[in-house]
Order: sequence, then C-alpha cells, then structure tokens
Amino acid sequence: MTLLLAAFAPPYWLSTLIKVLVVSAVVPTTALILGMVFLFKIMSWMQSRLGPQEAGPRGTLQLLADGVKFLQKEDIAPNGADRWVFKVAPLVVLMSTLLLYVALPASMHLVVADLDVGVFFVLAISSLSVIGVLMAGWASASKYSLMGALRAAGQLIAYELPMVLAVIGVVIQAGTMSLNGIVFAQNTGSIFGWGGIGFPYILTQFVGFFIFIAAVQAELTQPPFDMPVAESEIVSGYQVEYTGFRFLIFFLAEFATAFAFAAIAAVLFLGGWAVPWLSTSSDLYYVLGPIVLFAKVMIVAFIIFWVRFTYPRFREDQLQSLAWKVLIPLALVNIVVTAVLKVVL
Amino acid sequence: MLALLVAQNIAFYIIAALMVVGAIRVVTTPNVMHAALWLVLVLSGAAAQYILLAAEFVAITQVLVYLGAIIVLFLFGIMLTRAKTGNDDDLDNKKSAKFIGAGIGVLLLGLMSYSLIDGFKDTEFGDLMVQRTAEVSDSIFSTYLLPFEVLSVLLLAALIGAIVIARRD
Repeated sequence: MTLLLAAFAPPYWLSTLIKVLVVSAVVPTTALILGMVFLFKIMSWMQSRLGPQEAGPRGTLQLLADGVKFLQKEDIAPNGADRWVFKVAPLVVLMSTLLLYVALPASMHLVVADLDVGVFFVLAISSLSVIGVLMAGWASASKYSLMGALRAAGQLIAYELPMVLAVIGVVIQAGTMSLNGIVFAQNTGSIFGWGGIGFPYILTQFVGFFIFIAAVQAELTQPPFDMPVAESEIVSGYQVEYTGFRFLIFFLAEFATAFAFAAIAAVLFLGGWAVPWLSTSSDLYYVLGPIVLFAKVMIVAFIIFWVRFTYPRFREDQLQSLAWKVLIPLALVNIVVTAVLKVVL
Repeated sequence: MLALLVAQNIAFYIIAALMVVGAIRVVTTPNVMHAALWLVLVLSGAAAQYILLAAEFVAITQVLVYLGAIIVLFLFGIMLTRAKTGNDDDLDNKKSAKFIGAGIGVLLLGLMSYSLIDGFKDTEFGDLMVQRTAEVSDSIFSTYLLPFEVLSVLLLAALIGAIVIARRD
C-alpha cells in the first residue's frame, strides 16, 4: 500500500481537488476529535464526573449530536446589526483556520503546499482571525460583543509577539523556516553522537516551547486567557449574538485551530511526523507519518487542555503584563542565547 | 511555461479587478468600518499579486504587517472611538473637494503609468524563479546592511517617540 501511494502522481487539477477535499474533511474531524476527547471525556475525568453517556458507545457521539442540533437552529441576526458583516465574520475566522492546514506536513509529501517560508506563513495566517473577531464584535451592535472584540484584539496583538519570538529560536537552530526542513533537522540530528531519539528541539528550546504553548492558549482565548469570552462578565463576548450554524463555525474554528497549533508545536519541538530510527525518506511515512504526527499532537493538545481545565482566569492587566513584561523579554533572551550558542558550538 | 504564464495573466486580471473595485469602495462607502474592511480586500489582493510574482516572503510579510497588524489597529481604533453601526453623514466631502480629489487621482495615475512604461519599455521578464527566503536574508545582511540598520534605528526612534507622546506624566 505504501508503494502504491508513493507511485501515485496525479495531474495538477486532480491533486488540487484532492487537497481541497482532504483539508475540508480533516478540519471538522480534528475539531470533533479534540472536542470529544478533551472537552467531554478528559474534562469530566479531571472533574471526577462521568461526562456524556447516552449518545453512542460511552457518549462518544455526543458532539456529533450537538453539531446536528446547531444546524437545525434558526439563523438569527440582531435588529440593529450590520447584516452583511455579521454574516461574513465567522467565515473569516474559519478561513484563517483552513489556511493554517495548508502548510502542515503529515509526511514529506503529504502536505498541501511545502512552503519555503512555512513557519512564517503559519504565524502570519494565524493573525488573520482577529479581523473576523473584530467584525463579529462590531457588527453585532451589542455592548457585550464590542467589549469582547476589543479585549480579544488587545489580547491577540499582545500574544502574537511572544509566539513569533518563541519560534525564532527553533528557526535559528534548524537553519530553515520550512516545516519539513525543521522535521529533517530534528530527526537526522544526534545528542553528543547518540542518535537514539534524534534531536527534538524541546531539549534545547524548552523556554521557547513554554512561551509558545502559553501564547497558543491566549490566541485560542481559552482559560486562563479567556477574558474576551468571559461568561461571568460579558456573557460570551463577540459570540453572544450568534446562533445556529454560525456559532457552530466559531466553535469548529476554535478547536480546529487548537489542533493546528498543537500540530505546529509537535513539528517545531517534538520532531513532527518522523521517528528517528527510520530514515526520513522511507516510503513507510505515507502511512506512518500521519499516525506519528497525530500521536504527538494529542500529547501537546493534552497539555493545552490540561492548563485550560486547571487554572482560573487572568485579570486583564495581569494578562497584558504577563505578555509584555515576562514572555517577550524571556523570548528575546532565548533568541540571543540560541544565536550565541549556534555560532559558538 | 507558456500555459503557466497564461494562467498567471488571467489570475492577475481577476485579482486586479477585485482590487480596483475594493479601492473605489474604500473611498466611496459612507460607513467608516466598511471602508476599513474593503481595504482588507485591497491589501490581500496585493499579497496575492506578490505570490503570482513568486515572491513568497514579500507576500507573507504583506499579510503579517498590513492585514495582521495595521488593519487590526485601524479596526481597533475605529471601534474604540466611534462604534455605531450604520452610515456616517459627516464622512463625505463637499462636491468641490471631490473634484479636486478626482483630479489628483487622475494625475497620479498618469504619472505612475508614464514612469512604469518609460522605466521598463519593452523589457521582458524571463522565467519566474521562486525567490528563496535565504536569498532575501543574504542580500539584506550583506549588500543592503547599512540601509537596513538605518531603517531599524528610524523605526526604533518612531517607537520611542510614540511612547513619549502617549505618556501622561
């Protein structure tokens, strides 16, 4: 089967069609998996309760049922809303999520576009979702929505910087911005001549990993960084006026983005789709690559959701000073140290 | 190669038409928020044109800087100061001002067209090569090192100036 996949070389239009179909199938699937495993099962387990039990075996189909429920609801726009902007806003957020999956490599050839500037592309695209959030908050013509959108914009701008700076350490160490190139660099490397586990960058870039995960948490507006959607203060921020499938799109985009960021963290810090004791050019990766990547993504996602279910919410000023006074200086020091060691060693 | 160039030309005209429509709407729409959103279309069109020219790094920098930062700052500023939905009546200029604006627009168009046509004449570009990011960084940190450093200091000065102006004490 792996040889069959390796020999498959479709014409341009067919490969484009296949890529579009695969991405549009993968995005909701990943959102469903994260929602089901973490939001329902792991969260219940951490809070010593059972979680959903009725739909499907052990309640595993609950989220699917919820999705269908959302689709059945009426599509309502508030009276004073700017209809056009209000309706397009969730799609802008979803679009930025879909574009994130373009650069994610699931093996050397299983990637929509193997960009030379992969890391840079991912960081640039992830900043587009803010536009959708601001559109949603403004067009809803509601004070809670506007407050939520302003908080979201302030937070996303603040945490964009540490995220970019955290990744630079990895880029310096690998000497490339291509996501596949970073995977190769980690799996062909060795620790003092011992190549048993390759050289995952989490060993040297653990500061970068910590900052990256904290910034991802903030970008996803998840607890403890959920000021923009704080239920107890501003109901649920920019999402408050949305119902039916438009709300579902926001939900989908949040969890699919969580998966995409976990995958990026897995690629940058944990060695991505490869295992070190199998050559990266092996044909086996057509099947093995996605499985290995998925396993690593679940590990990173577990950390993200573990923090989400554990810590209480930051206050707005604490949140801003954490980004500007702690994470950004720390990331800058990390860059300087990495650059010096790269030249010296 | 020829087929690729034809496809590239078609894509160029489609994107250019979208950009022109967006640019006209930026200045004609009576709603300041809509103007900012039309500007998103124009700037992302510019990014798409850079990709057609095989300049990936420039295109993605365009997205990061203009769409991810400047537009967000615009929207943020508009929403903080005037957040009402619906049209603003005081956004439109007087009729005389409109004619002067249109005149300046036509003049600029003529100047740009003349300098572009005069500058390139019958020059034909060879095969487009994807510009590697490593090449960009190599030329920035060797040939253009001095301008790059001067620009960095200039930006730093602007940053410090903004902070000094914004401080209350």
